[in-house]
Amino acid sequence: MKLRSLFRGRRRDLVCREAVALMAAYLDGVLPDADRLRLEGHLAGCPHCSEYLAQLRATIDALGRVEPDDLPDEAVDELVGLYRQWRQG
Amino acid sequence: MARRPDCSLRAARRRAHRLGSVAVSEDEQLLAGLRAGDEAAFTALVRRHHSSLLRLATSVVGSRAVADEVVQETWLAVVRGVDRFEGRSSFKTWLFHILMNRARSAAGKEWRTQPTGDVDADRFDGAGLWSVPPVPWSDRVDDRLTAEQLVPLARKVIDTLPEAQRQVLVLRDVEGLPAADVAELLGVTDGNQRVLLHRARARVRSELEGRLGAP
Repeated sequence: MKLRSLFRGRRRDLVCREAVALMAAYLDGVLPDADRLRLEGHLAGCPHCSEYLAQLRATIDALGRVEPDDLPDEAVDELVGLYRQWRQG
Repeated sequence: MARRPDCSLRAARRRAHRLGSVAVSEDEQLLAGLRAGDEAAFTALVRRHHSSLLRLATSVVGSRAVADEVVQETWLAVVRGVDRFEGRSSFKTWLFHILMNRARSAAGKEWRTQPTGDVDADRFDGAGLWSVPPVPWSDRVDDRLTAEQLVPLARKVIDTLPEAQRQVLVLRDVEGLPAADVAELLGVTDGNQRVLLHRARARVRSELEGRLGAP
C-alpha cells in the first residue's frame, strides 16, 4: 500500500491540455511507453478527452476519403502529347 | 452528394497504401510499364496522381496557372528520370519530392517553419482542464453519421488551412504518405511535421464540430 502510493505520487497525472497535445504522437504509435500509459490512464477517466480522440480519429478517417478532383480529359491529352514529343525527341 | 462507385475501393487502396501494399505495387507495375516506354502506363500514372500534385503545387505557388506548369514539369522530370529511380522510397514519395522542389523554386521561397504550440488553446482553463469540452458528435447527429458525411466538410476545410499545415495534412492524411517521407519532403523534422499535422487536424476537427454542432 505504501509502495503503491509512493509510485502514484511520482507519476503526475496529465491535465487535459497535455493529453490532447500527446495525441498526434499517440496516433502515430511513436509515443514512448511511459507517456502512452499516462495518456491511456487519463483517457480511461476523462470522457472529454476520449471524445476528442474519437473525433480526431473520425476526422482522419474522413480526410483519408477525400478524393482527388476529377481530371479533365484535355489535361490528360495535353500531358500525353508532351510525353509523345519527349519520346520522339 | 453522390459518391463515385469506386470511392470505397479507392479508400481501401489508400488504407492499403498506408500499410505499404496494394496501391504501392500498382504504382510499381505502372512504373515498369513507363520504363518500357508504355504510353498507357504514363496515362494511368497521370490519372492516378495528377490532381494530388496540382492540389499540393497550388498550395505552394498560390496560382493555378503556375501550378499547372509546375505539375507539367514534374511529369516530364518523371519520364526523363524514371531509369534513375532506384525505388528506395515509394514512387509517390519520389513524385512529390520532384514536385515540391519545382514548386518551391517556382514560388521563389524556401520552407518557412511555423510557430508551434498547443491546439484548441482557447478551450482550456488556466489549469489545462477543459473549459469548453468537445461537443459530442453523437449527441448532435444520429447513429447514421459516418465518415462519408464528414468528407465533403473536411474537403472544404483543407483549403482554409495555413500553407505548412495544409501541405503536411494533405501528404499525411489525404495521400497517406508515411511520417518520415513527409518530414523529408518538406524539409522539417519528424517532430515538426507531427506538430503541424496535429494543428491541422485539430483545426479540421474544430470546423467539423462547429458545423455538426450547429443547432
